[in-house]
Amino acid sequence: MTESTTEPARQDRAFTGTATEPTPAPPFPQDRECPYHPPTGYEPLRAQGPLSRVTLFDGRPVWAVTGHALARRLLADPRLSTDRTHPGFPIPAERFTQTRQRRVALLGVDDPEHNAQRRKLIPSFSVKRIAALRPQIQEAVDGLLDAMERQGPPSELVADFALPVPSMVICALLGVPYADHAFFEGCSRRLLRGPAASDVDGARIELEDYLGVLIDRKRAEPGDGLLDELIHRDHPDGPVGREDLVSFALILLVAGHETTANMISLGTFTLLRHPGQLAALRSGETTTAAVVEELLRFLSIAEGLQRLAAEDIEVDGTTIRKGEGVFFSTSLINRDADVFEHPETLDWDRSARHHLAFGFGVHQCLGQNLARTELDIALRTLFERLPALRLAVPANEIRHKPGDTIQGLLELPVAW
Amino acid sequence: MGIRVDRERCVGAGMCALTAPDVFTQDDDGFSEMLPDGPAVPETHPLVREAARACPVGAVALTDD
Repeated sequence: MTESTTEPARQDRAFTGTATEPTPAPPFPQDRECPYHPPTGYEPLRAQGPLSRVTLFDGRPVWAVTGHALARRLLADPRLSTDRTHPGFPIPAERFTQTRQRRVALLGVDDPEHNAQRRKLIPSFSVKRIAALRPQIQEAVDGLLDAMERQGPPSELVADFALPVPSMVICALLGVPYADHAFFEGCSRRLLRGPAASDVDGARIELEDYLGVLIDRKRAEPGDGLLDELIHRDHPDGPVGREDLVSFALILLVAGHETTANMISLGTFTLLRHPGQLAALRSGETTTAAVVEELLRFLSIAEGLQRLAAEDIEVDGTTIRKGEGVFFSTSLINRDADVFEHPETLDWDRSARHHLAFGFGVHQCLGQNLARTELDIALRTLFERLPALRLAVPANEIRHKPGDTIQGLLELPVAW
Repeated sequence: MGIRVDRERCVGAGMCALTAPDVFTQDDDGFSEMLPDGPAVPETHPLVREAARACPVGAVALTDD
């Protein structure tokens, strides 16, 4: 399918009379220079208002939404589809080309089918159910910090703490054996970051096979995790099929540990780079809940949420044409100065609650309260137990992830 | 003025219960509802408007009746 839909946007901009030559649409996504700030190459997008043109890796022009009010409006608009099997669905990198051939549960399905899927999972993510997990999360955090202390500094915080915390928690929640963590963490790394398309596809197949076997075992011998509950609970519209169970399990397992792991490592790094703000956390001048909310806004690790226009959509005089791709730049949306005063400042006292780090609309993150709880316990306990925590290498030597995946650190060497 | 919580529309994000925990809660299935023993005139609670704005699907709304 070819896309030849740049003209309307250029005409619209020409009418404003602000530029005689249309500015070339910047590439999207771009790599961050600093792991906690949006790429400097996104600056022109902010200047262009809440909706602008960007270019994907294959030269395809798509829309980038960078304004907060418009993002709320469009993420709640059912005319923007998230069906990843559509041949025109926009992808951020070449390695995801084949993903159009596979249906992805929840985040790749539109209503009403999406609603039916999500309703099966909502009870497992209620505020009460997540609160009941607190002791288990605290135990996981304490155990990992015990091990770090026994071993002594230095430590690589991603491998020793940031990744295992959410990985242990999602295993306990789903009923997946944590003993298999090296396998599924490796798969999800390849699924998200490749590097090659064959890595992405191979990882998906391996994970699907693994989860299929696990689900078959659970059918025969029920355990007490979310997957067991899904298999054995009575659903108003009949039992959940094997393919759907595998798809749910894959999404929850990958989304459940990758995102939170990145928030823990990047959140820790950001705190260590902002000693004044860290002191306020340590002294109790601010609550960990406020710190978590502001870090979610400030870091916006789920950058570039994708949608496809299923119909023409009028946006303040501009038309997003049916078949065009739309990306939501959460890092710019969450630094919209109309909503967040001094958005570049990490400020615990602001009300950060309206950030869109978890998205908006019917697809807003199902696990957001689990993520908040994990971040609250992990960050608070980490800095309580290791008050002298510091970077073990210069900050500029710490490598972070490329722009076309969930943002975070590749490693975080620390000492205390 | 009143408050409407649309259970059919609710996606269980929990934003209302998180934003205004004195007014909203979730039932055992994770869907939002008004706290039965919440404030007598909940629509005047300072955080209700915030909670309505935080709802990602407009399931919490202030109404004119």
